[in-house]
Amino acid sequence: MLKELHKKLVEGETTSEKLTEEYLLKIENADKNIGAYLTITKELAIAQAKKIDEKIKSGKTIGILEGIPGAIKDNICIEGVRTTAASKILDNYNAPYDATVIKKLKEAGSVFLGKTNLDEFAMGSSTENSAYGVTKNPHDLGRVSGGSSGGSAAAVAADLAVWALGSDTGGSIRQPASFCGVVGLKPTYGRVSRYGLLAMASSLDQIGPITKTVEDAAIILSVISGMDKQDATSAHSSEKAYEKYLTGGVDDLKIGIVKEHIESLNGEMRKSLEKTIEKYKKLGADIIEIELPYSHYALPVYYIIQPCEVSSNLARFDGIKYGLCFNDNKDGEIKDNELPKKLLETYLDSRQYGFGSEVKRRIMLGTYALSAGYYDAYYKRAQKVRTLIRKDFEKAFSRVDLILTPTTPEPAFKIGDKTADPLNMYLADIFTITANIIGVPAISVPSEVIEFEKTKLPFGFQLLGKWFDEETVLRGAHNYEINK
Amino acid sequence: MLNIEDIKHFAKLARIGMTEEDLNKFSGDLSAVLDWIKQLEEVDVANISPTFRTDGLNNVFREDIVATFKKEEKIVELFPEKKNNYDKVRSVL
Repeated sequence: MLKELHKKLVEGETTSEKLTEEYLLKIENADKNIGAYLTITKELAIAQAKKIDEKIKSGKTIGILEGIPGAIKDNICIEGVRTTAASKILDNYNAPYDATVIKKLKEAGSVFLGKTNLDEFAMGSSTENSAYGVTKNPHDLGRVSGGSSGGSAAAVAADLAVWALGSDTGGSIRQPASFCGVVGLKPTYGRVSRYGLLAMASSLDQIGPITKTVEDAAIILSVISGMDKQDATSAHSSEKAYEKYLTGGVDDLKIGIVKEHIESLNGEMRKSLEKTIEKYKKLGADIIEIELPYSHYALPVYYIIQPCEVSSNLARFDGIKYGLCFNDNKDGEIKDNELPKKLLETYLDSRQYGFGSEVKRRIMLGTYALSAGYYDAYYKRAQKVRTLIRKDFEKAFSRVDLILTPTTPEPAFKIGDKTADPLNMYLADIFTITANIIGVPAISVPSEVIEFEKTKLPFGFQLLGKWFDEETVLRGAHNYEINK
Repeated sequence: MLNIEDIKHFAKLARIGMTEEDLNKFSGDLSAVLDWIKQLEEVDVANISPTFRTDGLNNVFREDIVATFKKEEKIVELFPEKKNNYDKVRSVL
C-alpha cells in the first residue's frame, strides 16, 4: 500500500495535497458513523503535504513515507495539537512538544490527518471507556472496534488513513487490529521511544504501527524505532530497514503452538486457527508443540502490575499543573485532616470529575496493591510470577523461532456487551497480554473472514518472536499474507 | 473483601473524590478483581527473583548537563490559574 502510493507520488499520478484532501473528505463523510477521530488536523496536514509536493516538483527524491497521510492515537503528543488521551481531565491540553516518534515521522515527511479515539488513557479493550464516545467497527457498526487503539484500527480498516500509530500495553494494538481486520505490530519493549507517549504502565507500554499490510508495518517501524536519550528504557539497537527482511520463505522456521490455546477456541475460530497452522505447514515451516505452563497467570499478573504503575503515573494529574482544575466547594465523602482543605479539594474534585470509572478503578486497585502491608503479597508476588512466565518463553524460544496463537478468543463483540462486567472485559486480552509481560515483539495478522453470530467478521492470529527479533516476526507474517 | 471504610482510605490515598454511590460501586468492583487475582497465591515463588523490567537495562546514566527548554510559554499557557508567569496554587497553609 505505502509503496504503491509512493510510486504514484513519484510518477506524478497524484500529489500529496490531492491525496490528503481525498482522505480528509472521506473522513468528513464517513467518520460520523464510525467515530475513529477525536481531532482533525487539517491545516497541519495540508501544510505538510504542500511541502512534500514542492520537494517532488523541484526534482528531489522523496522517502517511502513522504507525503502519505496517517493517523496518530490521541495519547501521543504532537506539538500544538490537542492531546486528550480520551479523558476529560486533558480536554483542554495542547501538547507543548513532539513525541520522539512524531519528530521522526515529521523528519520522514509523513502527513498527520488527526488524532484517533482510544479508551481513556488506553485502559480498555473496546474504546467504550473513551470520554468522547465509542469507535464503531467498520465491518459491523453494532460492534466495537476493539481497544484501546480502536480509533487507529478503525481508521485504517475504513480507509480513513493509510497508516496509523497505536500504543500497546496489554494488546491495545493487536486486539483492535484483529477486530478490524488490519495488521498491528507491538515491537519489543525498548525498540521504540516512549517519550511523548502519555505514560500508562511504563514497564509495559510500547508504540507501534497499525497498517493494511505487513510490509507497511515494517516500513513504519523502520522510521519510528531507535535509541532515544529522552527515554532511558529505549534500547541500544542498530537502526534497520525492516522492510528489507521480508524476503525468503518460512521453510527454515520453527513455529511453536500451544495445544490448550487451540482447544480453548470454539467453532469457526478454531477452524480458522487450524487453517492458519496448515498454511504454515504447507509453506514449509516446522510446527512444534510447546508448553507455556505459567502463561495463564499472565492476566492476573497484568492486573496487578498495570494498575500499580497506573496509580503512580496518573498521580501527575492533580488539577494544578495542567488539565482540568475543578472545585465544586461541596463536602464529599473523602476527607484528610492532614492536608489544607482547599488544596485537598482541588485534588479530589479535579480527579473525581476528570477521570472515568475504569481509570479510577485501576488507580484504586494500584493504590491498594502498593500500600503498606500489601506490597509483598501483590506487587512483588506478581513480579515473581512474571519471572516464571519469562522463563517459560525463554525455554520455548530455545526450541522455536516464533510462537503462533490466536490474537483474541473471539471476533469483535457487540457494543455494550461487556461494559457491565470489568472482569469479563479483561479476559479479551488473554492471548495478547503475555507479550507485554515479558517484552517480546508480537504481530496480529488478519486471517480469512469468519462467520460469527451470523455476521461476517475479521479474525486475526498472532505471531510472537524472540526479544529484538522483529525481522523474523515480520517475515513470518508477510509470508502468510502474500500466500493467503 | 473491601468495605466502604477501606475504599474511603484508598480513595484518600489516591486523591479521588467519591460519592456514596461511588464508594459502594468500587467496593464491589475491587473486591471481585482482588478475588480473581488471588489465584496467584497458588504459585510457588520461593527463591524466584522478581522481574521489574524486561529490557535488562539497569541504571542508565546520562551526562548531567543543563539544557534549556525553549517552549516555556507553552508550559505557562497550560497552568489552570496563573499570576504573572507563575502557576497559582490554592493556599497550602
